[in-house]
Amino acid sequence: MKAVCWHGTNDVRVDNVPDPTILNPRDAILKVTATTICGSDLHIYDGYIPSMVPGDIIGHEFIGEIVETGREVKKLKRGDRVVVSSMVSCGQCRYCQHQEWSLCDNSNPKGALQEPLFGFSTSGIYGYSHLFGGYAGAQAEYVRIPFADYGAVKIPDGLTDEQALPISDAFPTGFMGADLCDIKRGDIIAVWGCGPVGQFTIRSAYMLGAERVIAIDRVPERLKMAREQSGAETINYEEVDAGEALKEMTGGRGPDACIDAVGLEAHGMGFMGAYDEVKQAVKLSLDRPHVIRQMILACRKGGTLSIMGVYAGFLDKMPMGAAFNKGLTFKMGQMFGQKYMPMLLDRAVKGEIDPSFVFTHQMPLDQASQAYETFKHKKDNCIKVVLKP
Amino acid sequence: METESDKTNQSQSQGDATVSDTERWASIVGGSAMVLMGLKQRSLRGILTAIAGGSLAYHGATTDKSLQEKVTDATGINKAIKVEKTVTINRSAEDLYNYWHNFENLPTFMKHVKSVQVLDLRRSHWVANAPMGQTIEWNADLINDQPNQLIAWASEEGAEVDNSGFVRFQPAPGDRGTEVKVVMEYNVPGGMLTATIAKLFGEEPEQQIGDELRRFKQLMETGEIATTEGQSRGQ
Ligand SMILES: NC(=O)c1ccc[n+]([C@@H]2O[C@H](COP(=O)([O-])OP(=O)(O)OC[C@H]3O[C@@H](n4cnc5c(N)ncnc54)[C@H](O)[C@@H]3O)[C@@H](O)[C@H]2O)c1
Ligand SMILES: [Zn+2]
Ligand SMILES: [Zn+2]
Repeated sequence: MKAVCWHGTNDVRVDNVPDPTILNPRDAILKVTATTICGSDLHIYDGYIPSMVPGDIIGHEFIGEIVETGREVKKLKRGDRVVVSSMVSCGQCRYCQHQEWSLCDNSNPKGALQEPLFGFSTSGIYGYSHLFGGYAGAQAEYVRIPFADYGAVKIPDGLTDEQALPISDAFPTGFMGADLCDIKRGDIIAVWGCGPVGQFTIRSAYMLGAERVIAIDRVPERLKMAREQSGAETINYEEVDAGEALKEMTGGRGPDACIDAVGLEAHGMGFMGAYDEVKQAVKLSLDRPHVIRQMILACRKGGTLSIMGVYAGFLDKMPMGAAFNKGLTFKMGQMFGQKYMPMLLDRAVKGEIDPSFVFTHQMPLDQASQAYETFKHKKDNCIKVVLKP
Repeated sequence: METESDKTNQSQSQGDATVSDTERWASIVGGSAMVLMGLKQRSLRGILTAIAGGSLAYHGATTDKSLQEKVTDATGINKAIKVEKTVTINRSAEDLYNYWHNFENLPTFMKHVKSVQVLDLRRSHWVANAPMGQTIEWNADLINDQPNQLIAWASEEGAEVDNSGFVRFQPAPGDRGTEVKVVMEYNVPGGMLTATIAKLFGEEPEQQIGDELRRFKQLMETGEIATTEGQSRGQ
């Protein structure tokens, strides 16, 4: 089959590889009908995720049709059209049973690699480095789905591929970002990043009762989508100081919660931005915490920081004193896909949202390397690309 | 990867527990503190034997030391490597104990163990894989068996790698399942070090027991052991 393989920084290729097979009794094999590139894939593409090995198949946001099931798969059968969570989760451990699916104890076959770094191991993620299990990814014609009964959710009739696809990853991530803010009547929520995850975060914050949502980015077409399709007020952080603007726009109080939908490659402004970039370039410090720093200062006292943008390693120059003295709450994590997916499918079926609005481009899987370049550099106003195997 | 820590300490084997402190050892083995903290200067084998007492007692270990043991104890060249690892598993102590107690099940999650053959109520024969196609074999004695709580064993005299240990099953608080603790001691002659053991088994003892418990948990909670072995990839 054809699969998108990582060969090094800024180097992904469509290779011919053997078809996946059932390796464990709870596995299923999925024929991928649509997949997409996530901002998290850009962190791999740009070389910031450790423990990638050349030849690794990448991709974790996808839908498809079940073509084979292992003997212990009970809920799914051949022919089912499903959307699959990017998190591989066992469904049986205490974390899974408490809906904390990305914290699964049992789905990471290389958990021992993570322990020295994280203290404990987390769930596996499709196509997301050996630290996260080394599972073959889904930017491919076929993919193996471990613990299929707990990862794949049937797509209800009436939803197109493009409508169901973001429910694999970007939409539940945005929803969780908003959910972690415990939104109350009158709350104003600020969202950093207007990529696909940011767009879904804005929409979800409104679904959960936010009074106003203010979104921050610098890419004009993304800010436009945030305004016109997601209904946010926007700040272009290249034109004004985002912190000051937020204060003025919130009656001098600051937002009640701040959500990071940017992650470790945050583009920084001014001296600290330059400092971060130099450090990252020479690998002194892995992640650029520009957004988190700004959120700590901008957030109202006693407010919540919800971090959905991915961080992989260490942060430098964190204004801990400000966070501490303002009594902020930090919440974060890889998303709990399986917790939200059935509810999000339901909202899509009811027409509360058409999740396909984030897609601006469609390309064949064969053109994956162009698709990565287009998405990374936001060429041709790209916001999200559907890849069709 | 750490090679030595508090948990893999190499301490002098200083003879065995006396009857007077048997109770204290029993409470350490059965308690919630880190067992190795209480065990720094003592031999696990001796303590397990003392606790077991009576009918299941390992033959003669408390008093009848072999000549070699006496010599190595006296000269202090007998190094023990001790490892402790604990994991919480979302199953009842009874289920976990029953699976473990059927020793022939153990190779399912103990990757380096090729086979275990139960010889009689007390004895079993173990074959482990060593690097370069070699195997190591030994007989083990069940020295303490408390249903749903504890299984303790020790290799019989003459084993290439003298080892003893226990696995303990304790209900975790608040319906969190069962805490499974493994404590093992390797006594190797002539000051053989962790690295040598690692060479014999292909892995550091601490890493190995950690991996085994992780796989045991996966198997008991989900019914299978997560893997990527055999999946496809690019060149
Ligand atoms: N937690 C999870 O489970 C999970 C799941 C999916 C994605 N993610 C993460 O979410 C983040 C966003 O994903 P995406 O697909 O939308 O990616 P994306 O790259 O399309 O979007 C990131 C956006 O952030 C903007 N940005 C950069 N620096 C900024 C700054 N300083 N202030 C404000 N905006 C800034 C960029 O212009 C871009 O529009 C990534 O870090 C991704 O890894 C996390
Ligand atoms: Zn993603
Ligand atoms: Zn789990």
